[in-house]
Amino acid sequence: MRDFILKRVAALLLPFIQMYGLYVIFHGHVSPGGSFAGGIVVGLAFIAFATIYGLERGRAKMPERITTLTESYGTLWYGIMGMVGIIKGAPFLANKLAGIDLGTLGTLSSGGLISLIGLGVGIRVASTMITLFFTMMEEES
Amino acid sequence: MALTTVDYGTMVMLLILVAASLAMCFIKDLVHAVIVYGTYSLIMALVWLQMNTPDIAITEAAAGIGMTVLMMVAIFRTSRREE
Repeated sequence: MRDFILKRVAALLLPFIQMYGLYVIFHGHVSPGGSFAGGIVVGLAFIAFATIYGLERGRAKMPERITTLTESYGTLWYGIMGMVGIIKGAPFLANKLAGIDLGTLGTLSSGGLISLIGLGVGIRVASTMITLFFTMMEEES
Repeated sequence: MALTTVDYGTMVMLLILVAASLAMCFIKDLVHAVIVYGTYSLIMALVWLQMNTPDIAITEAAAGIGMTVLMMVAIFRTSRREE
């Protein structure tokens, strides 16, 4: 798994994979995909890096301290975004009722808070997948 | 009635799905079986796309091909490879 061609191709492709994952997360309401699929793609980029470049360097990119924080604060971010509706005097997770401008149909801003909510879910899913992978890899070795 | 909406390309892909899932039962080397499972997921994503559900296709491609295969490979590094 320590191949020269594999490393170079991964170095070329992984940034684009991560950008695509973020695109899928943010455009969940206007195009196929969503925060779960996009979060898996973002987490997969880190996991592929750890598989190709070795566990130590992969762990240095995403230490356990940071994955714990992102896992917790991703969920908290979802709650904070839901509280925006309550602060504006509307139900929990309210979007148009809370007076948020929805913009033109089919663009990124037409979802209101959905993109920001999806960001929290995507971060949560990505860090969960990374934690799962490293837990399984570091169990025996 | 349901079969008439499935065209021949989808029929071929469904046959490949059956062949891949049968092959997974009989392959002794587990890493090879996981690679065949990746093929299964890829064809399954194409079938979802053919059935006008690109949402499920992306999730299948990400979770089925990428995540499951990498998790299985991670398991095989710490346990026996042969069945």
